[in-house]
Formats: sequence, C-alpha cells, structure tokens
Amino acid sequence: MSNGERSYQQPSVTVETQPYWDGTAAGKLLLKRCRDCGESHFYPRALCPFCFSGETEWYEASGRGRIYTFSVMRRVPAPYVIAFVTLDEGVSMMTNIVDCDFDSVAIDQEVQVTFRQTEGDYALPVFTPVGG
Amino acid sequence: MSRPSKAYIAGAYEHPTRHAVDISVAQLHADVAKGALADAGLTKDDVDGYFCAGDAPGLGGLSMAEYMGLNLRYTDTTETGGSSYVIHLGHAAEAIAAGKCSVALITLAGRPKMASAGPSRNYGDDTPDTGFEMPFSPTIVNNYAMAAMRHCHEFGTTAEQLAWVKVAASHHAQHNKHAVRQEVVTVEDVLNSPMIADPLHRLDCCVISDGGGALVVVSPEIAKSLGDRCVKLLGQGEAVKHLNGGKIDLTYTGAVVSGPIAFAEANLTPADMDLAMIYDSFTITVLMTLEDLGFCEKGQGGRFVADGNLISGVGKLPFNTDGGGLCNNHPTNRGGMTKVIEAVRQLRGEAHPKVQVPDCTLAVAHGTGGQIGTRMGSATAILGRNDA
Ligand SMILES: [Zn+2]
Repeated sequence: MSNGERSYQQPSVTVETQPYWDGTAAGKLLLKRCRDCGESHFYPRALCPFCFSGETEWYEASGRGRIYTFSVMRRVPAPYVIAFVTLDEGVSMMTNIVDCDFDSVAIDQEVQVTFRQTEGDYALPVFTPVGG
Repeated sequence: MSRPSKAYIAGAYEHPTRHAVDISVAQLHADVAKGALADAGLTKDDVDGYFCAGDAPGLGGLSMAEYMGLNLRYTDTTETGGSSYVIHLGHAAEAIAAGKCSVALITLAGRPKMASAGPSRNYGDDTPDTGFEMPFSPTIVNNYAMAAMRHCHEFGTTAEQLAWVKVAASHHAQHNKHAVRQEVVTVEDVLNSPMIADPLHRLDCCVISDGGGALVVVSPEIAKSLGDRCVKLLGQGEAVKHLNGGKIDLTYTGAVVSGPIAFAEANLTPADMDLAMIYDSFTITVLMTLEDLGFCEKGQGGRFVADGNLISGVGKLPFNTDGGGLCNNHPTNRGGMTKVIEAVRQLRGEAHPKVQVPDCTLAVAHGTGGQIGTRMGSATAILGRNDA
C-alpha cells in the first residue's frame, strides 16, 4: 500500500497560533517553550500548561523525532497514516506519515518533518521516515 | 440496608428502537423519561431535577424541560460525551444529598443514523486543539486505533485478545431481542472482518444506533417508599484526561483516576464486583478500562479478557450482559447510559435469564466520553442491590 494523493484541509488559525502557521508556510516547525519552567509544550499556547506562566517563546524545532503510535486508514479513497510523533524536543504532536510504504511504518521509527500545502494558504507539518 | 447510599436509582429505561425513522429527538428524550418514571412508579410531576448533555436539543436542559412540562429547581448539563450520564449520576446524588432536589431525571437520546458517520466532530475554530488535529484527518476509529497500537507495542496485546471482547459481547447479545447484532461471533470472525484502522477491524467497533435511555435518581427517603427495586449508588468518581501539553501516554484512560475515587467512596474493590458494565466504543476501550479500574495489572488486559473470561456463566467477570455497544445499542454514539441501565437490571435480578449473574449484588458501570487517543471524560459508578 502506498501513499495516494489526498488533499489536506486548511487548519483553523487564531491570533494565538498565527506565528506557528507563518512558520510552516516558511518551511519551519516552530514550538513554544516556557521561559520560567523551561518546558516545551504542544500545541503552542500563550500560557504554559505546566506552570501557567505567560512567558512563553517561539523557537524552531529540529524537525526530527520518532513515531509514538500510528494507524493506517485503509478503507478510504486515499489511504493515509495518522500518527503521534514525539519530537526530539520531548513533545508529541498529531500528524501524518507520508512518502513511504504504509506497511513499513512502525512505532519508534525515526522520522523528519516535511510540509504539505493545504487547500488554503497554509502548510502542514507531516513526517517521513529518515533514510526512506 | 447495610451499606450507606446517598441516593438510589429508582427507574431505568432503554428505548427499544435502534432506528428511529419517525420519532423526533425531542420525543425520544420524552419517551425514555416516561419509561424510566413509570419503571420507578413516579410521574413527571415528581421530578424536580433534570440532567442532560449535548445530545438534548436546545440550550442545556431548557428546551427539554419545556417540552416535557417539568418544573425544576435543579439542573445540570455537564457534557463529557458518552461519560456524561455516569457523571450525572454522581452529581444527582450530591444534589439530592445537599437537599437541592429529590427526584432527578437523566435522559439521553438521539438519531445518529440520520447523520453521516466519519470524521471526528469539529467543535469549532475557537477550540484550541482543532487547528493542530483536524487537517490530519483524525476519525473516531483511528483515534482509538492509535491508543490500541501503542498498547499492543508496549504490552504485547494482540488482535486475538482484543477480539475476545467482541466475542463475549456477542454471546450476551444473542439473548437480547432488541440488539442490533444478535449473531454469536468467533475470534476468527473478528480477525477476518475488514481492517478499518490498524489494529481495529470492523468487528472491533461498536454499532451505530438511534434511541436512548433514562434514569431516575431519588433520595433515600423516597427510595424507601418505592420498594426494593431501587438500586444503591454506593460510589462515583470522574476525571478528565488529555494530551498534557504534548507529554503524552496513550496507554491508559481517565479510569485510573475515576475508578479509585469511586471504589474508595463505596469502600469496595474490583474483586468485590459481580458484574462490570464498561463502555465499549471499541474493544480496546474495554481492555484498557478494565486494567485502569484495577481488575488486572496494567498491561495484562489482553490476557484478562481472553478465553471467554468476560462471558456470563463462563468467565470470572461477566461484562456488558446486554451485548453492550459492540452488539446491542449505542444510542447517539454515547454509551454510558446503557451501561448503567443493564447494571440496574442485573442488580434487580431482571436481566435475561441466560445472562443474569446469580445473586448479583455489586456492579461497576463505567463511561468514557470524547476519545482515548486525545482527550476524554471518564466516570465510574459503583452500584449495589437494594440490600447490598
Ligand atoms: Zn512553564
């Protein structure tokens, strides 16, 4: 089973998350980190969900991580892989795994970020296995 | 009456329909309310507290109170998806104990067969997680599938073990003439059904059905006047679990919090339970919930559910003796209500004779709402026979 072409829905963007989506449009995966407790979190927020500090800052993630879990959606016109990827920065995010044989996808597999244009103005961070 | 109980379930009713072609959602709510009140030996004029969730049409309980002609001095519309009604049970007991109401009505009803199933519900663009999830096409089944996949990875849980949950439910459903699926299935049947989202097959998934159910919760004084069909609410707990700022662990559910609270309030343990009614949106939901409630060690759920251990009269822990959401009924995709209703039948000795647990004295009913792969409400109720 391989990756059929499918379209990606436009994300909903708020004043709080605009920098994240400006980042993906520029090919960058941005995260937020708390200046007070030092923890990164996902999805990015104005207030740190660990210590409730308002001192959170954007930074560019490495774009590398490992598959925490996944599932192949098979019985749809264009099958796809939904997953949670744990980034090297320690936070996990929902995403899709692309550009690979879906039957070879595995938990703990190393992946790196790539981007897909949505139906609208924004790009989505998706992941592909490192080294094909 | 050895064990103390703040409140009693006096009435319980499950709508017989599974496909409500010609019944409105409002009428379904009223039908089940009428059924539960008749079961209790009460009338709508006795109701002074009303509890409902997002499936009730209108703003909170306002429109349904008007439709049914209720005169209320208490209302609660806590919304946590399919776990709402098990939360309402606890809130009703607290309101009754506080003197805020004395006869609490809880309703659930809907017609999901009229809507298309598929993508996860979108709660609107202001919902902070929406933008970071919806574009990746999460669905209810692949969300649960991701939790299942991680459980299989960490603990060696197998597709065969998951299938046993469905097999047990089907053994019970064969005796329920209202059940959507009454045929007994085997592990092979489950594994041979189409793969929907790895590792969940079609038969790992619950049915979609219209219908509903209702409960009537009353004060101890009123329960005394209604007789020994009243069932004790001995303990209740609730919790919300979510993705925790991205520091995730999808191998457990909110039952790790709600279960111990409920068992502690009842001063009982899982080993005391004669019956477990566990929301079974998918087979994995049951397996993980049983672990989290403490019926077995974490990671041992696969072994625990295998080989018919959940089949009434066969295994050690009879579960979902009405056939559950996997086979019987899953009104408006919210399974907590029907779990309580069948527990009440069992504790009254009124379940189908083929599935009735002998001398059923104590039962746990558990609801899960939202999705175990992201964010969920969990609620646990410990119920006891009138003389428990
Ligand atoms: Zn912080």
